[in-house]
Amino acid sequence: MQWEIVIGLEVHAQLSTSSKIFSGASTAFGAEPNTQADAVSIALPGVLPVLNKGAVERAIKFGLAVGAHIAPRSVFARKNYFYPDLPKGYQISQFDLPVVGNGAMTIHVPSTGSTSSPQAGSGQANEKVVRITRAHLEEDAGKSLHEDFHGMTGIDLNRAGTPLLEIVSEPDMRSAAEAVAYAKALHTLVRWIGICDGNMQEGSFRCDANVSVRRPGAPLGTRREIKNLNSFRFLEQAINYEARWQIETLENGGKIQQATVLFDPDKGETRMMRTKEEAHDYRYFPDPDLLPLEISPQWKDEVRAMLPELPQAKQVRYVNDLGLSAYDASILTASREMADFFEAVLVASSPTPSPSPGGRGEIAAKLAANWLIGEVSAQLNRDGFEMAQCPITPQQLGSMLKRIADSTISNSGAKEVFRTMWADGGDADTIIEAKGLKQVSDSGAIEALVDEIIAANADKVAEYRAGRDKLFGFFVGLAMKASKGKANPAQLNDVLKRKLAG
Amino acid sequence: MINASLKQLSAQLAGKRISSVELTQMYLDRIAALNPELNAYITLNPDMSLAQARTADEQIAQGRAQALTGIPVAQKDIFCAKGWRTTCCSKMLANFISPYDAHVIEQFNRAGAVNLGKTNMDEFAMGSSNETSYFGVVKNPWNRNAVPGGSSGGSAAAVAARLCAAATGTDTGGSIRQPAALCGISGLKPTYGVCSRYGMIAFASSLDQAGPMARSAEDLALLLNTMAGFDERDSTSLQRENEDYARDLAKPLNGLRIGLPKEFFAEGLSSDVAQAVDAAIAEYKKLGAKVVDISLPNSRLSIPVYYVLAPAEASSNLSRFDGVRYGYRAPDYADLTAMYEKSRAQGFGAEVKRRIMIGTYVLSHGYYDAYYLKAQKIRRLIAQDFAEAFRQCDVIMGPTSPTTAFNLGEKGDDPVQMYLSDIYTIAINLAGLPGMSIPAGFGAANNGHPGMPVGLQIIGNYFDEARMLNVAHQYQLVTDWHQKMPAEVNSER
Repeated sequence: MQWEIVIGLEVHAQLSTSSKIFSGASTAFGAEPNTQADAVSIALPGVLPVLNKGAVERAIKFGLAVGAHIAPRSVFARKNYFYPDLPKGYQISQFDLPVVGNGAMTIHVPSTGSTSSPQAGSGQANEKVVRITRAHLEEDAGKSLHEDFHGMTGIDLNRAGTPLLEIVSEPDMRSAAEAVAYAKALHTLVRWIGICDGNMQEGSFRCDANVSVRRPGAPLGTRREIKNLNSFRFLEQAINYEARWQIETLENGGKIQQATVLFDPDKGETRMMRTKEEAHDYRYFPDPDLLPLEISPQWKDEVRAMLPELPQAKQVRYVNDLGLSAYDASILTASREMADFFEAVLVASSPTPSPSPGGRGEIAAKLAANWLIGEVSAQLNRDGFEMAQCPITPQQLGSMLKRIADSTISNSGAKEVFRTMWADGGDADTIIEAKGLKQVSDSGAIEALVDEIIAANADKVAEYRAGRDKLFGFFVGLAMKASKGKANPAQLNDVLKRKLAG
Repeated sequence: MINASLKQLSAQLAGKRISSVELTQMYLDRIAALNPELNAYITLNPDMSLAQARTADEQIAQGRAQALTGIPVAQKDIFCAKGWRTTCCSKMLANFISPYDAHVIEQFNRAGAVNLGKTNMDEFAMGSSNETSYFGVVKNPWNRNAVPGGSSGGSAAAVAARLCAAATGTDTGGSIRQPAALCGISGLKPTYGVCSRYGMIAFASSLDQAGPMARSAEDLALLLNTMAGFDERDSTSLQRENEDYARDLAKPLNGLRIGLPKEFFAEGLSSDVAQAVDAAIAEYKKLGAKVVDISLPNSRLSIPVYYVLAPAEASSNLSRFDGVRYGYRAPDYADLTAMYEKSRAQGFGAEVKRRIMIGTYVLSHGYYDAYYLKAQKIRRLIAQDFAEAFRQCDVIMGPTSPTTAFNLGEKGDDPVQMYLSDIYTIAINLAGLPGMSIPAGFGAANNGHPGMPVGLQIIGNYFDEARMLNVAHQYQLVTDWHQKMPAEVNSER
């Protein structure tokens, strides 16, 4: 019998404010331990939290970006538990009244193969909507350092009070691949709207996965929560391991107990942290030190005005206005950097700044898309670069595409220009000039060249005229060779056809 | 000199008839003589106090004096003061030197006042007799077998014994007003949010409010002018125009409507207190006030509501005292859990532990709705009662405490009896209203001891402190209860 895997994710995105959520201490990563721990961070007697508006603004941005409800009034609550890196003995979070509720993300799940290879599925992807239950603001804890203290534990409170947005999904995902696609989409989105740097190594984007299994159509099974997955690979491995383990347990007649588990990346296994019975009673209650968070319609509108065009909207525009395929549009909007680069190339290469449907702008858009998805991506990949590290600028690339469009250079010439640009810089016209890559488009010159070839190859011309059409390629080759590859191919074809016809 | 008002002291300082250093030294000498018996102060730092006094004298010499420049003020040990040991009278913080100033302390420093020392209090402000202090009981200057009230018992005793010109207190359920009443002084708890809570060690955040303690309403007004003010570091601090709380002191009381809640004069009120309060009301009638009978039907629930909400908040507020970063840590422990358990078991006193347990219980899964949420609902009803009452009257009056000062140890075994001594003050905190207590005579003599002070409570509507001070001041113009002084401390030096 079949099993269905049910997954919900809780993602902690560290918000990119320069100061902490309830104090003015810096949030910069990597400082000496406790150098960014002010009186509030170490919870001295008598200190009080003051909410950072920047954190709220980022939460609103997120809510608007996923079409969610922005609560006009939400409440900060205290989550009480003792731990050495939790200085107040409680975490300030939001409980029954979160700032963001009821949104959704559309994700594209590769139809076949592993999610780790982007080429899989040859551009085919299934669209799926994952509902977002809520997103709430909270503060991060500090860090316990268990090494280097001779059996004691060191406490670093630099991270204590760093703002987090916890984004909770509905249990809408049915495979590790879907979970990864959703996590990646979120990861793209939070960076796209500039609320989180997305640095997973530094813990700026961490996932908890709630996993359960059931027979199709049955009620939800008992879930286990895998904590603190800080890479997409671990997320996928952990879910797959956990789901297999649950299925085996059930098939062997066992029962699943609600529990929190940790993933051990070295062994590729999940292991029990605590069961529901051992779970804390957090004794949530509204934090009397903070007023309810009120967000006016005006504030919401101001934040909305600050939002960039979102990936989904861009995709629709690329398809409808620029005539790109849905697949190309989704690749070009995989990151803000890619989309920005593409649009800058378009501006640099287009005859008009905003291309209109069906016109020359559409051709320019297709050309730009092809180059970005093709040569540029491949070269970035070969050199191990991110888009942001691309050695050529959109203006450089645009200047080259312009020369392709106006037939100054051929495709093979363009590849040469591109290679030179990538390695040594320079603008297209200078490179074309220096390397002599300009096509011959002077019809007089081409005709003279063709006349010479016809005169010198009378026998082949006769064969051709007698019906050996295949010889056409032979004449093209000769002509190209004679022009040192610079003849405009289309023009050459026209002239050859006309003259060979006699 | 020790009976001079703040205004008079300020004039003496300005006229160079005395310096702040001399005034400070005079109080330090009185403290040296009387404090070993009274135990009103737990921390003194004459060097720091005198340094502030010297600075004040310079300011006065330069003609830059403000109303409180050079005035020695006692600070309740709940306020963090930079360089001062700040303990909340708990073993947990017995060695904690604060690295920063509370907003209230900053305000006094800016005003040029002298910090004369830190006063005794109930541990973490949890108590009504000052008997829960880790540093020992405070004796009531009027009768050394009696309690001074609490939790601001040290401040009240210091003012009553003329060991300072004025003092600060904090009031979560009556902790300024009740000790003021029991020690025969004046004390004011402002509207919640008027004084910043920044740097004031939290007991119950939604109820805690700082306020002045002094001998007269006029002094309270000057002190409140300094203490009040918006502070962006406290999200519950109110952003309002600064006001002069002394502006209305001289207004006549013709037509003032005084509400007398029947619940405040019912069973449980001792007859000597009732008599003194009745006499005070009669005095107000002579001043032109009218009396209106009112009812606060839900006020009878204020003690149970308070003993759900205040411990709930306290149980969480006191979680930071865990032995990890500062404060007391048990000397021996096997592991992390043992470190927490032993440090907190040894660092907190019995009353604090009792309230942490109550608070933890009422917030627990399965009990939250029945206790915490229910109490919050009743809290709103209590506030509505007052809103209703203030449609019929301008101020509400009644006793501050059901009895005069009881004896040390008398209620030690019965926490509920102790809690009942705040029966008339707690509802005001739950509603967030301003309330004050002024001396209104003395109770019955007892076992050869003369009668102890009685406090009259005046409750105002939100932000009506100036009117309440006016009402109190007018009474103090025609009575001299506030000028009475315990005989044994009356030794002018």
